[in-house]
Amino acid sequence: MKGCEAIIESLKKEGVDKVFGYPGGAVIDLYDTIHQEDEIQHILTRHEQAAAHAADGYARVTGEPGVCIATSGPGATNLVTGIATAHMDSAPLIALTGQVPTHMIGNDAFQEADITGITIPITKYNSLVKDPKELPKVMKKAFYIASTGRNGPVLLDLPKDVQQGETDFHYPENIDLRGYKPTYKGHPLQIKKASKAIMEAERPVLYVGGGVIASDATKQLTKLAEKCMIPVVTTLTGKGAFNENHPLSLGMVGMHGTKPANYAVTESDLIIAVGARFDDRVTGKLEGFAPNATVIHIDIDAAEISKNIKTHIPIVGDAKNILKDLNKKIDKIKQRKQQTEWHKKTKRWKKEHPLEYDETTDTIKPQYIVKEIDRQTPDNTIIATEVGQCQMWAAQYYQYKQPRTFITSGGLGTMGYGLPAAIGAQVAYPKRKVWNIAGDGSIQMNIQELATAVKYQLPVNIAILNNKYLGMVRQWQELFYDERYSETDLGDNPDFQRIAEGFGALGITVTKKTEVPDAIERANNTDRPVLIDFHVDREENVYPMVPAGATLSEIIDRKDVEKTQKKTKPTPMGD
Amino acid sequence: MDLHVIGLLVENKPGVLNRVANLFSRRGYNIETISVGVTENPEISRMTITLKGDEDVLEQVIKQLNKQMDIIKVTELKENYVERGLALIKVNADDPNSRSEIIQIADIFRANVVDVGKKALTIEVTGDRTKIEAITDMLKEHGIKEIAQTGTVAMSRGRKSIGG
Repeated sequence: MKGCEAIIESLKKEGVDKVFGYPGGAVIDLYDTIHQEDEIQHILTRHEQAAAHAADGYARVTGEPGVCIATSGPGATNLVTGIATAHMDSAPLIALTGQVPTHMIGNDAFQEADITGITIPITKYNSLVKDPKELPKVMKKAFYIASTGRNGPVLLDLPKDVQQGETDFHYPENIDLRGYKPTYKGHPLQIKKASKAIMEAERPVLYVGGGVIASDATKQLTKLAEKCMIPVVTTLTGKGAFNENHPLSLGMVGMHGTKPANYAVTESDLIIAVGARFDDRVTGKLEGFAPNATVIHIDIDAAEISKNIKTHIPIVGDAKNILKDLNKKIDKIKQRKQQTEWHKKTKRWKKEHPLEYDETTDTIKPQYIVKEIDRQTPDNTIIATEVGQCQMWAAQYYQYKQPRTFITSGGLGTMGYGLPAAIGAQVAYPKRKVWNIAGDGSIQMNIQELATAVKYQLPVNIAILNNKYLGMVRQWQELFYDERYSETDLGDNPDFQRIAEGFGALGITVTKKTEVPDAIERANNTDRPVLIDFHVDREENVYPMVPAGATLSEIIDRKDVEKTQKKTKPTPMGD
Repeated sequence: MDLHVIGLLVENKPGVLNRVANLFSRRGYNIETISVGVTENPEISRMTITLKGDEDVLEQVIKQLNKQMDIIKVTELKENYVERGLALIKVNADDPNSRSEIIQIADIFRANVVDVGKKALTIEVTGDRTKIEAITDMLKEHGIKEIAQTGTVAMSRGRKSIGG
């Protein structure tokens, strides 16, 4: 068969039935095959970046690799942001790019770019396929690498003549790579050590990241937390790994985390980090991060151990396996005391420092919108976000109860991620509610994808928390740059309602607080894409906040700021 | 900062050296020397990398290298290993006196004169870093016109091999 047919056959062998992409000269052959193919649905986005984000969103909500396709040169380079986004958050992504024919590679041919060279630092693996006969094996390898060990993006660059060439199709059952042997089982001795440390700790904290979601370890995590009565804090990408309504949940940790979470980490004597990588947005100033704690670090990627924080008990392997083994081991020892001083303390913090905003004003507070969306949507609703203030409010004020319900660009912080990712999620689960919580700045980075949502009748709902600012940068300018709002005023935003209507979606503008619940209800009950432009309080800030360069214990909330207004503004210590 | 020597077995494929070098630049580590050549198995190449850095940097480098798909094995070589580099050193030799001195120095270091001209001698020297540094130092007095050096190659002594 032809190379392009072998590619499609391989996708089918991997159980792929949805792909996202955008055609072009170097992938015409592949698209010609897709055209004649019934088992695979191709979703045409309006920009290759969106194809990558959509595939990434699809991957994050399903746990299966998402596939995106782009042509050579500019098509391929447009994927770069999407690939880097997936790489930073360890999402399994397969990017298939067209390439100029092999005899023209290196000649600066039309639409030629060295995409394997460009994407080396942002892919888990990539490869330029030079012979059609390699295709089945290399496709198998791509899926295997993307979805095993620490998940990540894999790019295959496919020259036009390779797509056109002939190959026999024998899809390998298994693949053995001598340079790649992920560790899944935790070392028994380390597990024993960890269980002992857990039993002996007086102030333990579970610090949970996206790795718990990636390894579907929610159940095992909850069991460990409950069995040993350990309070749980999550990272941004760890949201949903632990039910946030659970009495042991302290919410998110880090720069815009909760006070209870940050205090608990600071005062803990044992951190049990699971599938989390001690990102600087979590740790704050490293010297002040959990200064008295022994650190257990469970991660499938050995290179994460002691990368940022010194680990005392490393356990390399799959979170689910390790938590299972830990639970077993702890069962054999004894039951932990149920109510300790530590508990009382964390409970008290929760009571004293809830997330709060001014609910008394007449203006629309963005937090209120997020809470209202939460109130009106079922637990399995998928929330995608853009990046910035909208992202933090979506993280803070919506209670995530299930894994894979919150998708956001955590590591790279990619504006423009939310809408295409929401589209990918809705393609994966046509019947579930999918919301994109957006800012007026971010939404304009991939707003053209409204066309995709309309074309495929994907009932994605978009809530723009429109403060006519690049809000997060404005917040920093207010706090650290004497209110010099350099290039962050978006007062000349377009009329989003009319833009939505122009694309064929339902557009709603909300300027009054009283209209908020109805608009959300209307969106939930509309069977096509809805964009709601909420005109919110322009200068609302995201609190709590750990100023850059400060330690977690120096977290401030709205009340702290009001109390000391302008006198003791946090000083920036570099971003 | 200590100098570390790392031995790697990698797939003998195009682009692998690029990946390794890219990893160093992306993570902000500095390669002192790097040398590559094929092994007894034509599918596998061996690299020797020397780098400066503290233990934490070394640990990260080794872990990050280990993550690469095309890297089969990574080991730090320490204590019991042999290392060699080769340098070609072109020295000024206009004056007959200095010429004999240079040849003497070469003899002492068991280096060879590989090219003689009217105004210059070219010396070939192999050895570990300290030896090459030492002869370079000695020859400096006569005025070095040019040096070409390979990176270090290294392997552990005795029966032990990187492949296990």
